[in-house]
Amino acid sequence: MTIQDKIERHTLAVLVDNEAGVLARVIGLFAGRGYNIESLTVAEVDQAEHMSRITVVTRGTPMVIEQIRAQLERLVPVHKVVDLTADRPSIEREMALVKVAGIGEKRVEALRLSEAFRARVVDTTHASFIFEVTGAPEKIDAFVALMRPLGLVDVSRTGVVAIARGAEAM
Amino acid sequence: MAAQEMTGAEIVIKALVDQGVDTIFGYPGGAVLPIYDALFQQQKIRHILVRHEQAAVHAAEGYARSTGKPGVVLVTSGPGATNAVTGLTDALMDSIPLVCITGQVPTHLIGTDAFQEADTVGITRPCTKHNWLVRSADDLGRIMHEAFYVATNGRPGPVVIDIPKDVQFQKADYLAPQNVVHKTYRPRVKGDIEQIRAAVELIAKAKKPVFYTGGGVVNSGPSASLLLREFVRLTGFPITSTLMGLGAYPASDGQWLGMLGMHGTYEANLAMHDADLIICVGARFDDRVTGNVAAFSPNAKKIHIDIDPSSINKNVKVDIAIIGDCAHVLEDMLRIYKAKAARPEKTALARWWEQIEAWRGKRSLAYKASDDIIKPQYAIERLCALTRGPDTYITTEVGQHQMWAAQHYHFDEPNHWMTSGGLGTMGYGFPAAIGAQIAHPDALVIDIAGEASIQMNIQELSTAIQFMLPVKIFILNNSYMGMVRQWQELLHGGRYSHSYSDALPDFVKLAEAYGAVGIRAEKPGELDDKIREMIAVKKPVIFDCVVDRFENCYPMIPSGAGHHEMILGDDPEAATVTEEGKMLV
Ligand SMILES: Cc1ncc(C[n+]2csc(CCOP(=O)(O)OP(=O)(O)O)c2C)c(N)n1
Ligand SMILES: [Mg+2]
Repeated sequence: MTIQDKIERHTLAVLVDNEAGVLARVIGLFAGRGYNIESLTVAEVDQAEHMSRITVVTRGTPMVIEQIRAQLERLVPVHKVVDLTADRPSIEREMALVKVAGIGEKRVEALRLSEAFRARVVDTTHASFIFEVTGAPEKIDAFVALMRPLGLVDVSRTGVVAIARGAEAM
Repeated sequence: MAAQEMTGAEIVIKALVDQGVDTIFGYPGGAVLPIYDALFQQQKIRHILVRHEQAAVHAAEGYARSTGKPGVVLVTSGPGATNAVTGLTDALMDSIPLVCITGQVPTHLIGTDAFQEADTVGITRPCTKHNWLVRSADDLGRIMHEAFYVATNGRPGPVVIDIPKDVQFQKADYLAPQNVVHKTYRPRVKGDIEQIRAAVELIAKAKKPVFYTGGGVVNSGPSASLLLREFVRLTGFPITSTLMGLGAYPASDGQWLGMLGMHGTYEANLAMHDADLIICVGARFDDRVTGNVAAFSPNAKKIHIDIDPSSINKNVKVDIAIIGDCAHVLEDMLRIYKAKAARPEKTALARWWEQIEAWRGKRSLAYKASDDIIKPQYAIERLCALTRGPDTYITTEVGQHQMWAAQHYHFDEPNHWMTSGGLGTMGYGFPAAIGAQIAHPDALVIDIAGEASIQMNIQELSTAIQFMLPVKIFILNNSYMGMVRQWQELLHGGRYSHSYSDALPDFVKLAEAYGAVGIRAEKPGELDDKIREMIAVKKPVIFDCVVDRFENCYPMIPSGAGHHEMILGDDPEAATVTEEGKMLV
């Protein structure tokens, strides 16, 4: 494998006009051209200007990542694409709601571990907790892995949102 | 300017007129009746009624490619829109500017599986540059103008405007084009001067250079072709082009190597393989051109000029990328080159040309002539000899005849050659010829066809008759889907699975049935006279040219092979295709 073929993970921020079908365009582009989507989040970030921000985590060789970016920029309602992995240092966060059911020892252990992860308990019954945990995707992976033997029932994750460090806008 | 209130249908017509449209191609139906009614009540726009919506799109493509203006299509919802999909995909692949208006069921019925409802924006999203569903007539004027802007700026392409029937009736203010500025879409046309300078440095140092040009030069407009000619002559470099770019540089010129790629000339492909510098202008390193990418032009530095950044480094990594419109970039390049003292080394260039002449000496387009059977190459040669000129437009269908046309018909001007390059759509050529004839009523427009392809849109003979379009269909009738048969010989042991054109109609009688003229030629000796007869007829003609059934199209780079592994003729030894190559199309 040469450096050219090395698979890299990149996080892209895509600023789009929030018009009908824009998400379908972005997803259709990935599906139609066989690019990989590891995570995708979207929400309106500027109501007055009707702009949404899509954060997409993808994998590919450097040539493929460059293609993905160029293909995204080519979509008519796309304002801007920033590669937050390549262009500048950035911060990534993800939030998860994690439901764990159990009693006795396991329940105590789950609660103890949640503190170490700074997870918040957002719902409780006698036999279950729902934790809210925020962090880099790896942290969430680790938390979910720890909860598995303790009665993990359900996980809902937001997917990654990311932003560049420093004072500048995207 | 005071806004004028009118119905959605009237806004459509007004916007078309304001965009300079005088001709549209279409087919009516329930969901576009208000627009058809508005058409009926005006004189500025001429509507060409086709016989199938696919043909409307191809005709608009032919119109666009032969004029440089966007083509306009009007079709109904549901089946009207789905029938247009092949044409839209064709236009997307070949970067042809089109605006296609589709009717839609009224807004309150959208999503209910209403009669003739189809998710047109969903279906056409991947086969358009952009599309819109118009939910209110208030947006219609703006969207119409944006649509023309998007279709024609940057890398051109087809767009769809889907208009529900109630929106066509709804009254709203019309917005004139000058009041519309697109929010996000700003393609770059001027190239980066530093990159252009760097490119000129490489050009001045090249010892074995070649220009590799494509449809982008044609799309950029006539000035791009003129600038290209000037630059190529100034440098003395050889030039080849893709199928899409034929005509941008005159085929009659000594520096012209012929087309490159799978059925390109030996000299063009070998020059690409051995070059030390490739100057790619408005082409996209597509697989028909590169062959096996791993073996593609191993020693060349590569300069790539393209208006679409996504074309850069897509298939082939290049050394210098210049994003911009070909004409703008060539103009800057030419200026910088002229101002620069350094020139390529004359002796090296002379040696390069010597090498190229040796390759040319192989005469890779040669074929075995015959006295009693018409060789398809001979038919194209004679057709070219008797019809070539600035007022002749050639379109093609898809297959061997298409490649023979590209090889043996010689083009000296851009916008005179129209073929389905990217999608390879059988059925393209005849409606495209109709579109070209509409745009150039006095020109000689010929669709070089195969007997199989022509049957895919033969119904358009009725359109040609109705609008008195003297389009000529020149069928190289080999009784086979020749290109399929050729691949079956090469890859599948000569097992001709379903590639024989059985139960063919009598094309002469078929022409007559439509009110056109049919001519058949079966012997080489009668060919010239019959071609002259065809030209003289001021009506549509089907020319059934019965040719050698088993002739194959050479030279050829078999799939999976490199440019240096071309096969020149029917040599079973040479024609080995690797297992990997078999997978390719
Ligand atoms: C719509 C469509 N269907 C199928 C094909 C695949 N195909 C490519 S060439 C060809 C045969 C064309 O036969 P004909 O028109 O007789 O041309 P010839 O190769 O014999 O010159 C076929 C079936 C295609 N290109 N387009
Ligand atoms: Mg045939």
